[in-house]
Amino acid sequence: MARLITRRNLIASIAAGGSSIALSACTGPTYNPTFQDTVLSAGDWLAYRIQRLIGGNALAPEFSESEMSPVFRTNGNIDPDSSDYKKLTTGNFSDWQLRVDGLVSTPASYSLAQLRAMPSRSQITRHDCVEGWSAIGKWTGVQLGYLLKQVGLQPNARFVVFHCADRFDETPYYESVDLVDAFHPQTLLAYAMNDEPLSIGHGAPLRLRVERQLGYKHAKYIMRIEAVAVLSGIGGGRGGFWEDEGDYDWYAGI
Amino acid sequence: MAVSDQEVTNVNTAAAIVYRHKLSTRIWHWLNAVVILIMLMSGLMIFNAHPRLYWGQYGANFDHAWLQIGSAGGDGFLRIGDLSIRTTGFLGAWQGPDDETVYTAFPGWLTIPSTYDLALSRRWHLTFAWLFMAALVVYWIWSLANRHIRQDLLPEKRELSARHILDDIKNHTLLRFPRGEEAKRYNTLQKFAYLGVVFVLIPLMILTGLTMSPAMDAAWPWLLHVFGGRQSARSIHFICAMLIVLFFFVHILMVVFVGAINEIRSMITGWYHLPPKERD
Repeated sequence: MARLITRRNLIASIAAGGSSIALSACTGPTYNPTFQDTVLSAGDWLAYRIQRLIGGNALAPEFSESEMSPVFRTNGNIDPDSSDYKKLTTGNFSDWQLRVDGLVSTPASYSLAQLRAMPSRSQITRHDCVEGWSAIGKWTGVQLGYLLKQVGLQPNARFVVFHCADRFDETPYYESVDLVDAFHPQTLLAYAMNDEPLSIGHGAPLRLRVERQLGYKHAKYIMRIEAVAVLSGIGGGRGGFWEDEGDYDWYAGI
Repeated sequence: MAVSDQEVTNVNTAAAIVYRHKLSTRIWHWLNAVVILIMLMSGLMIFNAHPRLYWGQYGANFDHAWLQIGSAGGDGFLRIGDLSIRTTGFLGAWQGPDDETVYTAFPGWLTIPSTYDLALSRRWHLTFAWLFMAALVVYWIWSLANRHIRQDLLPEKRELSARHILDDIKNHTLLRFPRGEEAKRYNTLQKFAYLGVVFVLIPLMILTGLTMSPAMDAAWPWLLHVFGGRQSARSIHFICAMLIVLFFFVHILMVVFVGAINEIRSMITGWYHLPPKERD
């Protein structure tokens, strides 16, 4: 398995390199290559490659219960306003289903109860917002890698995309990670926080934990997980809502 | 080649010329003049995204911030511990280009970009950080090889005596600077200042910067142990940045005091006109 992940790492980084070349060559009406998308993206490009090289599959630091933040603040969207989501909350998410599809062998849907019945992992980790603050909390959930093995990735899958229930204006939130992070042991689909069911403010019923990256990668209110070969078909093509709307970098390890 | 090995030209004239700054020093100096300015100004914009500093592993709005820049009732303030200073017009609340009041920590004329944009300031900061880091490493190696560190920067034993250092402090306070032969070399306080920047402040900036990266904390967990947590690293990062700003102002003052044209010319060409020795 380790060898497989290693080969996947390699393929993923090659694929990511290819896709960033494709991005800079893109000439859509909403995308103009500018100084900041070329020269000033060099830092992130380097950070991604160098941190993958020296970080490998290293685990993010874990903390003890006594080191946890007394209050773990929320941010981003904290109460999705769609009527579909509201309906789910009234049923305490009993009608919620996680759809897993795209480049997978057997697309599937899972209820919250089914996810809770799967092998779980708990970890006390530090959440780092791109703004600069940090909070330490305990997360419990299913390893994303475990779920992806259940559905089986097709060989051409390179990224895992998260489609969410929360919206900015009319655009539903979305994010993506490469297969290195997707199969990282600490990458969780978390349904519990600090030993309580995940609150709406923190992304109920299911959110991503991708511990070696900044907060905006940790998609909340996940409705659907999609395996893809390239990110160009997702939203504006840069792999995430803030990447498309706010010029934030897709790789957020620094 | 070292200053002491150089032929002093025109020994008989009042203003002897010596080769004072090696190519490595000159390149690094001017590169840093640009890169540090970009790092500082983009860093201040990143700070604007969360203008609070903490000690420890975590720190967010509900936790105690030892330093905060903000606004209350239309006035800007800087708070350090329990001490709060009104900073309206500069920090926390300042007049924008259209004379509107802007409530961000550092004003637009100090930040890159000048209007609030965390994503763009991060791109400036995290791209130029690589150049900053690479340049330091190259400079270190080059300065070891050409003996700049040993010959010019490291103080000699006699310079480390309390008496010598006190004399140097006294001379600086009286704005009395070395002339003639003595001016060929950096004076002791000057050496301390340069050593502090080259081997303490800039390395600390880089290491605390890396400690703020969640991926680096996974790869190199010792970073967190060294600095006492990500938020401590962020505080140290800010403090070191302010110390580099302090160094910058003292540096500029000294250049002006001892002769700006001669100093700047020598940092471009390498050649320095020794200030003539005063007649006793």
